Amino acid sequence: MVDKGIRIEGLKKRYGSGDTAVDALKGIDMQVAPGEVVGLVGPSGSGKSTLLKCLGAVIEPTAGRMILGDELIYDDGWKVTDLRALRRDRIGFVFQAPYLIPFLDVTDNVALLLMLAGRPNGEARSRAMELLEALDVGHRAKAMPSQLSGGEQQRVSIARGLVNRPPVILADEPTAPLDSERALAVIRILNDMARKYDTAIIVVTHDEKIIPTFKRIYHIRDGVTYEEAGEGRSFD
Amino acid sequence: MISLAGRDILHAWGKFVFTGIGLGLLIGATFTMAGVYRGMVDDAKVMLDNSGADLWVVQQDTLGPYAEPSSIYDDTYRSILGISGVARAANVTYLTMQVRQGERDVRVLVTGVTADGPGTPGWPPYLVAGRQITRSHYEAVADVATGFKLGDRLQIRRNQYTVVGLTRRMVSSSGDPMVFIPLKDAQEAQFLKDNDAIVRSRARTAQNPALNRPGVPGLLDSVITSQSSNPYVNAVLVQLEAGHVSEDVARSISRWKRLKVYDRAQMEHILVGKLIATSSRQIGMFMVILTIVSAAIVAFIIYTLTMGKIREIAVLKLIGTRNRTIAALIMQQAIALGLIGFVVGKITATLWGPFFPKHVLLEPLDAVIGLVAVVVICILSSIIAIRAALKVDPAEAIGG
Ligand SMILES: Nc1ncnc2c1ncn2[C@@H]1O[C@H](COP(=O)(O)OP(=O)(O)OP(=O)(O)O)[C@@H](O)[C@H]1O
Ligand SMILES: [Mg+2]
Repeated sequence: MVDKGIRIEGLKKRYGSGDTAVDALKGIDMQVAPGEVVGLVGPSGSGKSTLLKCLGAVIEPTAGRMILGDELIYDDGWKVTDLRALRRDRIGFVFQAPYLIPFLDVTDNVALLLMLAGRPNGEARSRAMELLEALDVGHRAKAMPSQLSGGEQQRVSIARGLVNRPPVILADEPTAPLDSERALAVIRILNDMARKYDTAIIVVTHDEKIIPTFKRIYHIRDGVTYEEAGEGRSFD
Repeated sequence: MISLAGRDILHAWGKFVFTGIGLGLLIGATFTMAGVYRGMVDDAKVMLDNSGADLWVVQQDTLGPYAEPSSIYDDTYRSILGISGVARAANVTYLTMQVRQGERDVRVLVTGVTADGPGTPGWPPYLVAGRQITRSHYEAVADVATGFKLGDRLQIRRNQYTVVGLTRRMVSSSGDPMVFIPLKDAQEAQFLKDNDAIVRSRARTAQNPALNRPGVPGLLDSVITSQSSNPYVNAVLVQLEAGHVSEDVARSISRWKRLKVYDRAQMEHILVGKLIATSSRQIGMFMVILTIVSAAIVAFIIYTLTMGKIREIAVLKLIGTRNRTIAALIMQQAIALGLIGFVVGKITATLWGPFFPKHVLLEPLDAVIGLVAVVVICILSSIIAIRAALKVDPAEAIGG
């Protein structure tokens, strides 16, 4: 058992009850080491988003265990009381659409999470700036989200997901709106970040362009996962 | 920390300013309604102040002379003068009527004052132009609000009067400007019959055998003279000697003279509590409606603005923003909207107040109360939006 990263054992999720109940997850086993980026692929309706929501402490699973870092967060019931603080401090989210806050500029969109956690504005902004530089959007730091291209917005949203240096990043189809060059750039960034900050990253994707880049891939079908070695192709 | 509300307002300032102006006009209307009420109360108080009276002596069992008709004999004042504690007593008549000047006519409160000279109770305490009435007939002092100028000729009933002086802020409790004329003229104006009525009345008296006795020459003439004289006034205004308590003097007057006596506080109570009570309830209703409409607008706008940000709110919740922060975002915006509305409302009420036909009195205290009310209403109105925002599922941000 790894003592960091993500570990999921026998995770189940049933939506609804009685005749209309849907067993979206029927027993998920998964493990992601710190510094590792794994792919999560599967047909539509197979339970990918459901799994991310459970892991992101947004919905409650029905049964099973989830371990984040060295803490058991779920064991047939939540083991942490403040799920919001858990999300804020331990998990980074990257969505298919960037969902930036339209009334904050790029820097503050990224720095917001730290400010909400009570860090001084200056410190939060300089940390945001550092990430924006690393993601090659530093020159757009003062722009409003509506003034950015789709790819730039996506990179800003990745910066936002990384800013609190969470041990876990959950990305739901982060490359869907991007062309293959930009999609690969995003994956490279996620790999760099994983290595640099020892982050465990799960990337849900349908995207044929990026699937070959993962060293390990989890397939999910009918609520059950199958692990598979990926090609682990380099990006250049 | 960072002010999410402030950033959002700066980002969408046009929306806020326009909504704020719309809300401000409503708030301005509400302030004006309050100002109209304050103006009525103030008019009533100013009228009482300017009358220079400490006591009002009126007909028994009436709320005269302003709220109900009252008539007492015009020699009553003499015996009142004899009562201890009374410094001055003067007859006065009040009659609200249309006064004609050239082509137009103006609604005024015609006040008949005795020709004892300035300082007499009932006289205007100061003039802004011209002089006080010096002759006992056909001179008038008018308030500037009538629009009359010095030297203008006014027609009151059948007589012409020359405006010799102008006053300011001399109005009745219903806001009609006052015109002062000599008491004798005023009595005539109030009780004067038209020519036909006089002729008919004389004929009727002449046909009465008891009054028209062949053996008593002069009797008919005396009776007719007595019938056409008007020995009535509406009230006697009394000034007290220093050191005398109004209650004691009032008690002796009412005991000895079988008259009703009101002091300043009672008179104010009659004017504010009875004469303008219906108007103030009317105004109160309008203010309640305007307040409800304003609250509904704030609630609706804030709700719409919040619903437009539902995705962002889901994201904020997903990344761990506390409910408190989200509620504060919405509530601060509601308060900001209210503050814009308050400022716009205060300015518009101040600008358009003077154009109202009646006195609009904008009290600083009302503005403070209004500010508090606006803020409270905005906070309450934002509750619907806050509830909706707090119900947003953070899972929505992840999507399917
Ligand atoms: N809130 C819900 N209530 C009931 N059933 C749900 C709910 N959300 C998802 N499901 C069902 O659970 C199953 C898994 O859904 P999920 O969204 O996890 O699929 P997915 O793998 O993300 O699909 P896609 O690739 O289309 O996004 C589906 O059958 C779906 O209909
Ligand atoms: Mg999905």
